[in-house]
Amino acid sequence: MSAGWLEGGVADRATLRALEGPAFREAVLERAAAGGRVAALAGLPAPAGGASLLALMAYDDRGALEAVLSSPLSSYRALTPDLPQAHVLERELFEQHGVLPEGHPWMKPVRRTARREDFFTVQGEAVHEVAVGPVHAGIIDPGHFRFQCHGETVLHLQIQLGYQHRGVEEALQGGPGPSSAILAETIAGDTTIGHAVAHAQVVEALAGCEPPPRAEVIRALALELERAASHAGDLGAMAGDVGFLPAASWFGRLRGDLLNLLMAFTGSRFGRSLVRPGGVRHDLTEDMARGIAWRLRGAEEELAPVAHLLFETPSVRARLEGTGPLSKQAAAELGLLGPAARACGSPLDARKDHPWGPYRAGGVLLPEARSGDVLARAQVRWSETRQSVRMCLEWLGSLPHGPIRTECGAPRPGRIAAALVEGWRGEIVHLAVTGPAGRFERYKVKDPSLQNWPGLALAMRQGAISDFPLCNKSFNLSYAGHDL
Amino acid sequence: MPSWLTIRVRQGSSTRPFPPEEGLPESFRGAPVFDPALCPDGCRACAQACPTAAVRPASHQQPASLDLGRCLFCLECSEACPEEALRFTPDHRMASRTRQGLLRPGPGGVEALDEASRRLFGRSLRLRHVSAGDCSACAAELQALGNVVFDLSRFGVQFVASPRHADGIVVTGPVTRNMETALRKTYDAVPSPRLVIATGACAISGGPFAGSPHALDGAEAVVPVDLFIPGCPPHPWTILDGLLGLLGRIEKGERR
Repeated sequence: MSAGWLEGGVADRATLRALEGPAFREAVLERAAAGGRVAALAGLPAPAGGASLLALMAYDDRGALEAVLSSPLSSYRALTPDLPQAHVLERELFEQHGVLPEGHPWMKPVRRTARREDFFTVQGEAVHEVAVGPVHAGIIDPGHFRFQCHGETVLHLQIQLGYQHRGVEEALQGGPGPSSAILAETIAGDTTIGHAVAHAQVVEALAGCEPPPRAEVIRALALELERAASHAGDLGAMAGDVGFLPAASWFGRLRGDLLNLLMAFTGSRFGRSLVRPGGVRHDLTEDMARGIAWRLRGAEEELAPVAHLLFETPSVRARLEGTGPLSKQAAAELGLLGPAARACGSPLDARKDHPWGPYRAGGVLLPEARSGDVLARAQVRWSETRQSVRMCLEWLGSLPHGPIRTECGAPRPGRIAAALVEGWRGEIVHLAVTGPAGRFERYKVKDPSLQNWPGLALAMRQGAISDFPLCNKSFNLSYAGHDL
Repeated sequence: MPSWLTIRVRQGSSTRPFPPEEGLPESFRGAPVFDPALCPDGCRACAQACPTAAVRPASHQQPASLDLGRCLFCLECSEACPEEALRFTPDHRMASRTRQGLLRPGPGGVEALDEASRRLFGRSLRLRHVSAGDCSACAAELQALGNVVFDLSRFGVQFVASPRHADGIVVTGPVTRNMETALRKTYDAVPSPRLVIATGACAISGGPFAGSPHALDGAEAVVPVDLFIPGCPPHPWTILDGLLGLLGRIEKGERR
């Protein structure tokens, strides 16, 4: 085997052999056939033009990560025809570095403004097109959605994003600096903790620093509160979309209650400034831990009957069942992540497959629902909410003693580091490569939304256009995380 | 399992009074207090620690100041300060009609619209949200305003689906180049007189994306702004304080 294995999340770049284009392609496909998954694909700009490709392969059955590197290229034979999950990664690569994946089936833009010819259209009598956005009729981020419809039936949906592109990766380049952790927190504001933890872990791996155990538990606690709050909020939003207002109101309030628990010890409802390389910034006193546990138990007691009501009301169930279905095979081919994938029966969960801190003790169970429709996505989110609350209660009762932060030194030069963190939408990947001075030469971010948006588009096929809001809420993907 | 009726009774009313009776918990990171009189001579610790240049040390042109429009409430400055000249309080009130009004030390407060405009808008506002590169935290807090706890509509303020139905727009995000046209078109579609409310550090100053080649450092680059609501993201109470202040419905901390 090559020397590309990441030990403790980091590998020495000098030990990696750069492969020529065809060999790189073959190496990636070979590893994919042997149980590997392309967790990220980054370009490292070469001084003489083009870019070297860096594929981060994740082996979920044994928690291993491997880096596969190519020599500088300006084009190569696309992976997508053999490995469909790479489709958006290769389009992104082309857009960022101009490296052309030859034979890619559809090189439409990822974050650049699309032209008319970038949209697929269905021709024929009684076929019509519905175009929505970028500015939507609600408090939502911008995106352009084009439905090809026959009557009420959606034949095809194309989702064109990029409106939120503000240059996160570019801004991180040359770091780490005073604003790096802050930039990570604003990749997807509703996943502040998830991205902040991934960033901190990458910086720590580069520096060879271990955060104290107490800090890791506090990070995990915040991550699970973020998950529980987001899932509860989305269950409320789904209830609202089917016109079941009692559950919409109560889940909406409970989401706020859970966010307020984050505020109770971080000062921010989103946990801003909590996670920093080397540990966390806010400690939990014993009183706080007891108070949070008490309020969590209260929330748990209140959530259960509301969820029961949502899932057992026949008129609600009728709207959720069979809406927006996705097959397990489609989910696997698209490389879907997180609850959307688990609702199709995928076993992926980075907390279980690539554990850190308290997740090493196990306890993350896969949800039972796997019918792939809106109902399954709602059920998965509900079972994960409960599981998150249970894990938080367990950790609050047994917080390790000791410091919450250590001095995280400077990143070592010439390293490749990666972190996989299961945010509430799925696996977040941060990948950093340091140059000779120990600065980020390339910082790659992959929010699970990048991989999951095509899943939403596919789930809408042959569905009713009026089901779109409901189907959309069941995924609730990030525009900001996709657009960077 | 209980029916929706029994749950309804058990849940009771969750709507909180505004202004909040007990204030926000001590842990909440709200309005900072900056007292440059306490600064040791020549100390620049806060300015050096600030990731967005929100804190400016005194120079011969101007006294030391903290700009709430740039502040991300990240605590770097207050932790770096040797004298507690700079500290964060749980006060949620921070909005201002002018950029200058966001500087601390300063009087703060939201000046109400003039009498004629207030008569025109009545006691209510219809607003359209334009997200222009926000990370979705500001959008999430705007959305939270609609839940049963904050219950925005009891104040006569509502978010509407079309700019044609709106009295103004709420902008979040640093205004990405990819959203510039959409923001301008949305603004143009709102009938005059119209309001623009910049919400969050990004919409006011670009926030952590100030200077990015892909964004425009805030809403003012494209549209005139009538109200600035600082925060990263602002707490729903902070947003509400700004909106009701604009309508002249808050006096001496009391709602009317």
